[in-house]
Amino acid sequence: MHRFADLVDQHVEELAALDTVDAGKLFLMGKMMDIPGGANLLRYYAGAADKIHGETLKMARPLHGYTLKEPVGVVGHIVPWNYPTTMFFFKVSPALAAGCTMVVKPAEQTPLSALFYAHLAKEAGIPDGVLNVVPGFGPTAGAAMASHMDVDKISFTGSTEVGRLVMQAAAMSNLKPVSLELGGKSPVIVFDDADVDMAVNLVNMATYMNKGEICVAGTRIYVQEGIYDAFVKKSVELAKKSVVGDPFNPNVHQGPQVDKDQYEKVLKYIDVGKSEGATLLTGGKPCSDKGYYIEPTIFTNVTDDMAIAQEEIFGPVMALMKFKTVEEVIQKANSTRYGLAAGVVTKNIDTMNTVSRSVRSGVVWVNCYFAFDPDAPFGGCKMSGFGKDMGTDALEKYLHTKTVVTPLYNTPWL
Amino acid sequence: ALLESHERHRVTTKICCLPVAHQNVHRFSPGRTFPTVDPRTGEVIARVAEGDAEDIDRAVAAARRAFDEGPWPRMTAYERCRVLLRFADLMERHNDEIAALESWDGGKPLEQSAGGEVPMAARCMRYYAGWADKIHGMVVPADGPHHVQVLREPIGVAGQIIPWNFPLLMFAWKVGPALACGNAVVLKTAEQTPLSALYVASLLHEAGLPDGVLNVVPGFGPTAGAALCSHMGVDKLAFTGSTGTGKIILELAARSNLKPVTLELGGKSPFIVMDDADVDQAVELAHRALFFNQGQCCCAGSRTFVHESVYDEFVEKSKARAQRRVVGDPFKKGVEQGPQIDGQQFKKILGYVKSGVDSGATLVTGGERVGSRGFYIQPTVFADVEDEMKIAQEEIFGPIQSILKFREVGEVVRRANATQYGLAAGVFTRSLDTANAVARALRVGTVWVNCYDVFDAAIPFGGYKMSGVGREKGAYSLGNYLQTKAVVAPLRDPAWL
Repeated sequence: MHRFADLVDQHVEELAALDTVDAGKLFLMGKMMDIPGGANLLRYYAGAADKIHGETLKMARPLHGYTLKEPVGVVGHIVPWNYPTTMFFFKVSPALAAGCTMVVKPAEQTPLSALFYAHLAKEAGIPDGVLNVVPGFGPTAGAAMASHMDVDKISFTGSTEVGRLVMQAAAMSNLKPVSLELGGKSPVIVFDDADVDMAVNLVNMATYMNKGEICVAGTRIYVQEGIYDAFVKKSVELAKKSVVGDPFNPNVHQGPQVDKDQYEKVLKYIDVGKSEGATLLTGGKPCSDKGYYIEPTIFTNVTDDMAIAQEEIFGPVMALMKFKTVEEVIQKANSTRYGLAAGVVTKNIDTMNTVSRSVRSGVVWVNCYFAFDPDAPFGGCKMSGFGKDMGTDALEKYLHTKTVVTPLYNTPWL
Repeated sequence: ALLESHERHRVTTKICCLPVAHQNVHRFSPGRTFPTVDPRTGEVIARVAEGDAEDIDRAVAAARRAFDEGPWPRMTAYERCRVLLRFADLMERHNDEIAALESWDGGKPLEQSAGGEVPMAARCMRYYAGWADKIHGMVVPADGPHHVQVLREPIGVAGQIIPWNFPLLMFAWKVGPALACGNAVVLKTAEQTPLSALYVASLLHEAGLPDGVLNVVPGFGPTAGAALCSHMGVDKLAFTGSTGTGKIILELAARSNLKPVTLELGGKSPFIVMDDADVDQAVELAHRALFFNQGQCCCAGSRTFVHESVYDEFVEKSKARAQRRVVGDPFKKGVEQGPQIDGQQFKKILGYVKSGVDSGATLVTGGERVGSRGFYIQPTVFADVEDEMKIAQEEIFGPIQSILKFREVGEVVRRANATQYGLAAGVFTRSLDTANAVARALRVGTVWVNCYDVFDAAIPFGGYKMSGVGREKGAYSLGNYLQTKAVVAPLRDPAWL
């Protein structure tokens, strides 16, 4: 696995270019962050491979008992198109460390880097058959994997609706355990003790990073009334300054949406927002008639029951809302079916502690956003899914606990 | 006949003037050096700068600066991990050179250094590199509305004193976890074997370890060692060596600043052969358990308890095996046993031969010096050894196997435990229940069932009773180099508790 990581580092430019061309991701980001991040994850889990521990147990009778953590077997990974490299390594690294073998189905929109990684894996010395990459579509290849009687575990990242189908297929076939990392409608809560400029920048990044095609995008922005007006004004200014264009250009902030389907879906949500009565402050239109570029968009006067406040848009669309009290905003933040991420901007220690415990989400980012780390477990609750990626927690998905028990005779202690 | 010619092994050593701290190369008090000796011949290999209390002071100051102000604890764990991984890669690249240095300085067979110890040291560093970014504290439930986090912090400056029997491996067992946890280190090598640590310290620097994080001080126990133990600026002490010295170390730590101490000390480990054992396998394993590394292992299986039903066969076969043991120049292929480390040990071991004979044990084979140069001793086997004999009680640290007879399990467990030591034990049996019962009954830190000297990086190692305090290797070693801090804050209106 370390050799694999070294090879990934050696081919960083080629890999970044593949993801840019395939998914419209910023080339510079790929080269500086995504690809090295993949190598980083491989190394993290390489270092964990020899630290997977069972336990000797404290039995209530004269028995010697211990647990073995065994690799679960053959894992099916279904990887989405928004972060082809990151998602590939989120899944493959812990599974390899746990000693599993696997079949990876990359998204049909973005098969290229996965195929290259498979080639590097072989070069690194990973034996044949351990890592198999099958490019294909959900209803055919993906469904086949989810229903396969010889697949021991499925790990899926993608939309909530497809996650449901995967879980159903697993149930109908061999009851293979499933982990799902699904969509989100993550709130960012800005309190009025926040530094407004810092908060505006944070929120801008939270919504528009990767052209909004990110499951943890912070798209419901709750701003406390004391700073609301200043916040709105500055957010619009910042959004207007964003440079949308060719992702190979290092001066560009935002590339195109991944494909025509996504592009049209985002534009449709913008129309829905308008028709629901929200106020469009900036953006809302395509940037050009070639490709899939959409302007960074901000709506205000959004109410929590609107579709643009409840449903995942997966595009550069921000919903700005005002709130008065902590209790109110906690209740609003929790008022969707999702529970993936949440952002909190405040200087106050008590606010931070209260809100971080009260918001129903898998991760809470306080005065930061997208603060992912290989050691930090990541995953959602409610309809954002279950199971963790990253951290030592992720290994659990790929391990099975077996308890071994035998009687003890003449033992001096129990 | 075995030692008529000594191999002249071509080793290019780049070390002629030996630095103390790797960067900030400290100049020693001019002129004071000490020799390190080739145990094949007694000749001097090199003169090494000798560190004293003043040099320890300077080394601790450098380590303090590196920890209190320098980048090492402040960089991410991932970056520390990368340094340690690069170091492991460098050790592998220089495997044969380092192995030659080890064998030259310490007398161990080159096949053992090059094929075993150096790769194991690299493996150990990689193991600890992988822990660096996984050091967790708990968030614990409080009885009231409080948010409680437990932080595991690097402890600071670790003083480490390593022995001469496995110089490089002991270096890795100590430096690995200390650095992985983000600490700075002052390491005193054994005066008999100062070379390999100095060499690999330069590799650590090449791997990117910042100045002052690792300081290697060659020197002697009563001067440099004592100074390190007593130093008020050292936060933690780790020592591997004799029980007698271990007591002094603990006392000095107590008298100075109460620095926490871990000790890996001596042993008189039992190797128990049950009546259902495969005798041939048991003989071979028992032989290796004692004779490995010229008998110079803290966990040597130095009391071989054999069930009366297989005793005679066992003694005969052990005698034959000992006589077959190839003693010679460690640089020669096929040699199993090199010289003892120095003249002092050599004399001591021959003294134990005399003691065994005088106390009435049966000298089955061996007992004499080999050759006329260096410190070679014949593989020696005593049978009919009784528990009260000195050779059954005291740690010999040489190639003398003592075979004792027993009748039944309860008896052998009692006799195995009747020692101030408690480092390791071997149990040779086919029975699952016997293995389980005896493993739990032996008061030792490691029980090897149907194997011996298995030293994987993840397996915690250490002693009960006067064999030591604390554990090295495995997850259990990290605590030696971390402090534990609870951070508590009130919760207002918590949604859950």
